[in-house]
Amino acid sequence: MKPLHVTGEVLASKKVGAYRHLTLVAPGIPERFRPGTFVALSVGGEAARSRLARRAFWIHRVKPVGGYGATLEIVVEPVGVGTGWLAALAPGARLEVTGPLGRAFALPQEKVGCLLVGEGYAAAPLFPLAERLRERDCPVTLVVAGDDEAHLLSALEARRSARSVTVVTRDGSVGQRGEVADVIDEVLTRSGAEVVYAAGPSRTLHAVAAAAERHGAWSQTAVERPLTCATGLCQGCPVPVVGEDGVARLVRGCVDGPVFRGDRVRWDDLEAQ
Amino acid sequence: MSDPVTELAGLTLSGPVLVASGCGGSGRELTAYGPLADLGGFVTRSITLNARAGGSLPRIVETPSGLLHAVGLQNPGLEHFLSLELPWLAQQGTRVIVSIAGATLGEYAELARRLGRSPGVSAIEVNLSAPDATTTGVFDVREPFHAASVVAAVHRDLPRGMPVLAKVRTDLVRVVESARSVLDAGAAAVVVGNALPAAMPDGRPAGLSGPAIAPLALRCVTEVCAGLPDAQVVGAGGIATADDARAFLAAGATAVQVGAALLHDPTTAARIAADLRGAP
Ligand SMILES: Cc1cc2nc3c(=O)[nH]c(=O)nc-3n(C[C@H](O)[C@H](O)[C@H](O)COP(=O)(O)OP(=O)(O)OC[C@H]3O[C@@H](n4cnc5c(N)ncnc54)[C@H](O)[C@@H]3O)c2cc1C
Repeated sequence: MKPLHVTGEVLASKKVGAYRHLTLVAPGIPERFRPGTFVALSVGGEAARSRLARRAFWIHRVKPVGGYGATLEIVVEPVGVGTGWLAALAPGARLEVTGPLGRAFALPQEKVGCLLVGEGYAAAPLFPLAERLRERDCPVTLVVAGDDEAHLLSALEARRSARSVTVVTRDGSVGQRGEVADVIDEVLTRSGAEVVYAAGPSRTLHAVAAAAERHGAWSQTAVERPLTCATGLCQGCPVPVVGEDGVARLVRGCVDGPVFRGDRVRWDDLEAQ
Repeated sequence: MSDPVTELAGLTLSGPVLVASGCGGSGRELTAYGPLADLGGFVTRSITLNARAGGSLPRIVETPSGLLHAVGLQNPGLEHFLSLELPWLAQQGTRVIVSIAGATLGEYAELARRLGRSPGVSAIEVNLSAPDATTTGVFDVREPFHAASVVAAVHRDLPRGMPVLAKVRTDLVRVVESARSVLDAGAAAVVVGNALPAAMPDGRPAGLSGPAIAPLALRCVTEVCAGLPDAQVVGAGGIATADDARAFLAAGATAVQVGAALLHDPTTAARIAADLRGAP
């Protein structure tokens, strides 16, 4: 379905750990959402044209709110000017929202075990994905990772939507100490998952894609590149892949992705960019 | 009341707002936000004879009120364009203007010969102002004389009646001279405005686009229109609102191109076009 460009409004802003969860009214966009798609936001306010690049955010949740139709929720980690501006917005603030953008996670045709791996705010799209998989009776195993407890997304909620949850933090403040790469083989063996979904830094995605290959599983990785327009116009976000035809090429992270088959991404080239 | 039309380079356009080269993708991406038929024309990203993979990262960096870019003319090459992109574009009900860039005069001539025979092409725009020409390996046209020789080569190899638009550098000191030389060489109109030569934070050659450059582009358009009263001028550079477009038209431009603003809001060109039509 075609994305929309609309004026949205902040309905709520809540601090959760290191993140801000923003609930947005953006007419038409929640209705089109599929897990793995994202929105692009303009930052700086209606009058400001000094910040031209769009800022991309995973759609974390879509829910009906009386009087507004459906709303969408994003998880913002304030790291720079744009995310800082967004995190400081008060309810009622208006902003331009484009979405949903990008290719969603592909859902399995059959009832198969699925492993979902999310690191930091990028775990956001995995929760609605877990719901969809559960609706299809696919057993879901989850790995939630982050630097520390504050950068761990909704671990509590995770326990509701998955049969087994592994928590990993770099500083060991909760769960196992370490990185996704340290636990991925063991979790894959234990879960017997045939499909792996991952969202996080490219280092983590690379490790997950490689592990999936070792275990004979399919992987779908959500790749984040710096996006300028997020709509496929500018050629600013090349992702090196190998096409279906076996030919190496550059595709766009925004409209040809952000979700790619893990065995199609040329990870070494991506990391060398 | 019928919609006003724009006469540009002997072509009738449905309005004065065009998509600037390099900012409309292949065209398809924009149609998600509105039909291309609502616009006066679509200028393609610059097509080269062979496919080009483009530059290294970062390719685009935000700067106050602007975007720095060094995309490196990434494009699928002429063959792919002709077989997979042009036929679709030609059916969208808008004028298709193909922007071209080449490393040699021979390449420009070849591009002109092949495109001139292709149904659906309304005009050719010769990109004579790539801000990173030195690193992207396109023919260096810093001298107006060189720009003119490119235009002459393209003009000579196009069928009669297919107009050439020449997109010249917004170098205020030489823009009138550049415009005069490309018109003398056979261009039907001059496009005044392109990304300004700039540098990425790491020093690589880049182009600067966006609202930051609009005042300079407007000054260049004003000087060309004053210096060459018979010339047809298309204004480009940082146009982001209907008022910006009106300022360029008031300075004497026949049409305007909307570029970087589309990267910020993909509906910009359609909104400006509607505003100029007087739509509510
Ligand atoms: C598909 C996708 C989904 C994302 N989802 C989320 C999310 O759910 N929550 C969240 O907090 N962040 C998310 N991000 C990252 C977020 O978009 C960037 O952190 C944000 O653009 C940085 O903006 P800033 O102005 O705060 O930072 P600055 O560092 O000031 O950014 C300035 C410029 O750098 C670019 N930039 C720098 N790093 C990145 C990056 N990693 N990704 C994209 N652009 C970058 C921005 O485009 C911007 O133009 C996502 C990115 C992508 C591509």
